Amino acid sequence: MNVTILAWGLAGAQVLLGLAMLLSTYRLMRGPRAQDRVASLDSLYANAMLLMVVFGIRTGTTLYFEAALIVALVGFASSSALAKFLMRGEVIE
Amino acid sequence: MEAPDLPLWATVIVAGFALYGAALTLLGTIGLVRLKTFYDRAHPLGLGLTMGNVSILIASIVCFSVLQTRPVVHEVLILIFVTLTTPVTMMLLARAALFRDRSKAYDQRVATEAHLAAQKQAAELEAAQREAALVQTSDAPEQGPE
Repeated sequence: MNVTILAWGLAGAQVLLGLAMLLSTYRLMRGPRAQDRVASLDSLYANAMLLMVVFGIRTGTTLYFEAALIVALVGFASSSALAKFLMRGEVIE
Repeated sequence: MEAPDLPLWATVIVAGFALYGAALTLLGTIGLVRLKTFYDRAHPLGLGLTMGNVSILIASIVCFSVLQTRPVVHEVLILIFVTLTTPVTMMLLARAALFRDRSKAYDQRVATEAHLAAQKQAAELEAAQREAALVQTSDAPEQGPE
């Protein structure tokens, strides 16, 4: 009973996060200017990280936590590098 | 893939927080798709992502604390990190967007001014030519009868 409730709830959360990833992919392709694309890429990696955390809850292993932490770190680095590039025209001056 | 077997209260908390966080994230992304300008879009994105992260990580903390029967708080690492970095990223992006919008508006203004100056110069040239032609035609009949 409890297992079923948890499985369905987490499946619903996964579906919602997948929809969010689809929507941000739509904005990534449509975005009129570069800053819209960078913002949607940011949302895309954050949603992927959350999906990984939910997957970790669902399997009951802490293995996915490290992967989510690394995705968050690398995603922040990439987003700030892209923002710097939009601002200055180069990343490392 | 089998979901972990938790007591009922923990099941309700974990499933509820996971669904709540996923719904908030989806709301932020819907805002990203539906709104008109970049500055409008960055706002729901930052809010939705931050709150969705917090909720889903609370679900994860509760789940693993109950599973391992001791407080497991290493998700707090992701929580602190994401809560710190999401506004920083959005602020950097908004500043970059502001800079790009300003330079675009400046380029447009320079182009418009150059266009207007060229039009004015052409009009002046045309007026001078017309005046010269008028002087020629008004000179000719006066010299005729003499």
